[in-house]
Amino acid sequence: MLFFSYFKDLVGREVTVELKNDLAIRGTLHSVDQYLNIKLENTRVVDQDKYPHMSNFLVCQLSVRNCFIRGSVVRYVQLPPEGVDVELLHDATRREARGG
Amino acid sequence: MGSEEESAVKEPLDLIRLSLDERIYVKLRHDRELRGKLHAYDQHLNMILGDVEEIVTTTDIDDETYEEIVRTTRRTVPFLFVRGDGVILVSPPLRTA
Repeated sequence: MLFFSYFKDLVGREVTVELKNDLAIRGTLHSVDQYLNIKLENTRVVDQDKYPHMSNFLVCQLSVRNCFIRGSVVRYVQLPPEGVDVELLHDATRREARGG
Repeated sequence: MGSEEESAVKEPLDLIRLSLDERIYVKLRHDRELRGKLHAYDQHLNMILGDVEEIVTTTDIDDETYEEIVRTTRRTVPFLFVRGDGVILVSPPLRTA
């Protein structure tokens, strides 16, 4: 539950989700669940020219773009470096790991 | 109880715990590698790394000579969550030259 709690604290921040199909989506973290499924708001595709055929579904409308991303298709999430207490993360990890 | 249990190395995940707040090397699927500072992990090997360098290795084959052209692409990310299902291995950084 460590990362679920961590992502809950990040709601409202800007993140970039990189999927396993190499598509990168930047947006505001709206919500997360225990499976680390992610809902993003105000999304846009990073480096759109590189993956035009994949980014079509997220493209071009002026209306608000939201999306739901299944946790299992995520490769990375690029996180905002500021406002993160790494000591808190270290302590939480030690407690979580001990639970086996 | 308490600190003795915490510092005992009993299982593989305990070995990773020794690397918290240290730089580590992570080998991922699809010829990717990461080097960064380990800030958090869980039993799935989901991780948060800081000051990360990602190295992607691609192998192209020349159409005429059929020789292998090995390329590496690097980038750095200040703070990265890595999903555990892509992780192959975790280790202290390799001593390269």
